[in-house]
Amino acid sequence: MSTVPAQDPNPPSASSTRPRPPSPAASPSADQASIKVSIRNLNFFYGSHQVLRGVSLDIPAYQVTALIGPSGCGKTTLLRCLNRMHDLYPGNRYEGTVQLQPGNTDILGPGMDPIQVRMRCGMVFQKPNPFPKSIYENVAYGLRLQGMNRRRDLDERVEKALREAALWEEVKSRLHQLAHNLSGGQQQRLCIARAIATDPDVVLFDEPTSALDPIATSKIEELIVELKKRVTVIIVTHNLQQAGRISDMTAFMYLGELIEFGETNRVFTNPAKPQTEDYISGRFG
Amino acid sequence: MLPEKRAHELERRAHRRRSIDRWFGRLGMVLTLTTLGILAVLLLNLAVNGLSRIDWHFLTSFPSRRAAEAGILSAWVGTLLLMIVTASVAIPFGIAAGIYLEEYAPKNRWTDFIEINIANLAGVPSILYGLMALGLFVYSFRFGQSILSGGLALACLVLPIVIVATRESLRSIPAMIREAAFALGATRWQAVWHHLLPYSTGGIATGVILAMSRAIGESAPLITIGALTFIAFLPPPALHSTPPFVSFEWLFSPYSALPIQMFNWVSRPGEEFQANAAAAGLVLMVITLSMNGAAILIRRRAQRNITW
Repeated sequence: MSTVPAQDPNPPSASSTRPRPPSPAASPSADQASIKVSIRNLNFFYGSHQVLRGVSLDIPAYQVTALIGPSGCGKTTLLRCLNRMHDLYPGNRYEGTVQLQPGNTDILGPGMDPIQVRMRCGMVFQKPNPFPKSIYENVAYGLRLQGMNRRRDLDERVEKALREAALWEEVKSRLHQLAHNLSGGQQQRLCIARAIATDPDVVLFDEPTSALDPIATSKIEELIVELKKRVTVIIVTHNLQQAGRISDMTAFMYLGELIEFGETNRVFTNPAKPQTEDYISGRFG
Repeated sequence: MLPEKRAHELERRAHRRRSIDRWFGRLGMVLTLTTLGILAVLLLNLAVNGLSRIDWHFLTSFPSRRAAEAGILSAWVGTLLLMIVTASVAIPFGIAAGIYLEEYAPKNRWTDFIEINIANLAGVPSILYGLMALGLFVYSFRFGQSILSGGLALACLVLPIVIVATRESLRSIPAMIREAAFALGATRWQAVWHHLLPYSTGGIATGVILAMSRAIGESAPLITIGALTFIAFLPPPALHSTPPFVSFEWLFSPYSALPIQMFNWVSRPGEEFQANAAAAGLVLMVITLSMNGAAILIRRRAQRNITW
């Protein structure tokens, strides 16, 4: 691999990010690409405390969108709105709309079942959190929830997911051993396999590499870039280099507001807002 | 202060602190050994007094006016049947209540109130459960002085233990495991049934067994609701050779129990009856200790695969 994340001293720029297809036609810019998730005037409250303020954002399909910003800016809160994770805890309230394509589904709509939302938007968490079950059962769980019971179908989908998560070769001989015997990086790839096994529309990553060493991190990063061929990826990251390396679009948030959103190269090399520039150049955050 | 003087002073203080540390270690060891010693003396005393009385005859005979002929058959059968009733009520109710409070109930003043009172319930003197059972099960529900009344009284007594054990084992499962299940589209019940219960089996089973070993030794509530101290017959059998093959008549049978039998013998004059009491006590202790041993084994086995 070309770069090791934690040791990358240069702020990301066009030359240090991954090579992109040269023509704008092959790599459509935000307004040309089809929009997967469209967030309009999203406010979010923990009790009486407002955490998100009027966030509007169009997330393009089959691209990696990074949410960056200093701690407490609301990026994780925004991410967790997209699969209604906040519904699990009392006192949380959403305002605004989040439309998911295809189907124009309003994720926050009053009649919307959070379970339906979560089956379409998979999630990978900050710390690897496999179930204390076998590797196989971890990947199969989402499929089982969706009613798949035939052994042959499950076998096939589990293998496919593990291959896509670049874990198959490492675990194929011990699928029925406990997931906790895997290393941290392998566990996180297992969690990715678990999230993509059900073919979700979107996969949400909440700082997926913050508990991993640089080598495990770069494997996850490669994987995320591969994944965008078949799912839309939204990733919260504290690591600016990481956002620069793997994302196509970057959203910078500050104090619950979306400050700037655009193509990653442009946001990093030529930010439009002074706060973005300050954050990216390390003056705060 | 001069540097050497300062160094000297520090060394003196460090010496003092080390010696306090050492002394606390010694004190702790002495206190621990004392506690264990009390248990050992208790067991030894029971064994010395009662061991010679324990034989096949003692386990298979009804009580008698002649101490040498008396046995604990009706007592241990009564205890066994009581435990069946207690377990089949306390386990499902306790686990269900624990799951509800931990996973479903909203956190508000009402559930705080319930929570505090479940803790209080665990501290209510057992004889009060006897009084409640007397009024409720024996008279209001007309269950009479039966195994059913006794088992239900003991179930009420240990219910808080089961609830608290269930809640604690559920709480020890990290939130990120719940979130992993929910993020894949599990309902609350699926998260509980597929994940939380299996991962907390060890803790819950331990709590249940400890609750049962508490119930097995209780005498006060049983005396209050009229367990018999002298009984020379067994409850009717639960299985029959003729249809409908199963009978629940035994639930309404009068009964005795091991601690009741002991209490009876202890209060009699005569060395031989004291020996009988010690022998019955020894049987009770062996049952309790093996239940606790089972709790430890179950916990070890269940937790073997689980690390957070």
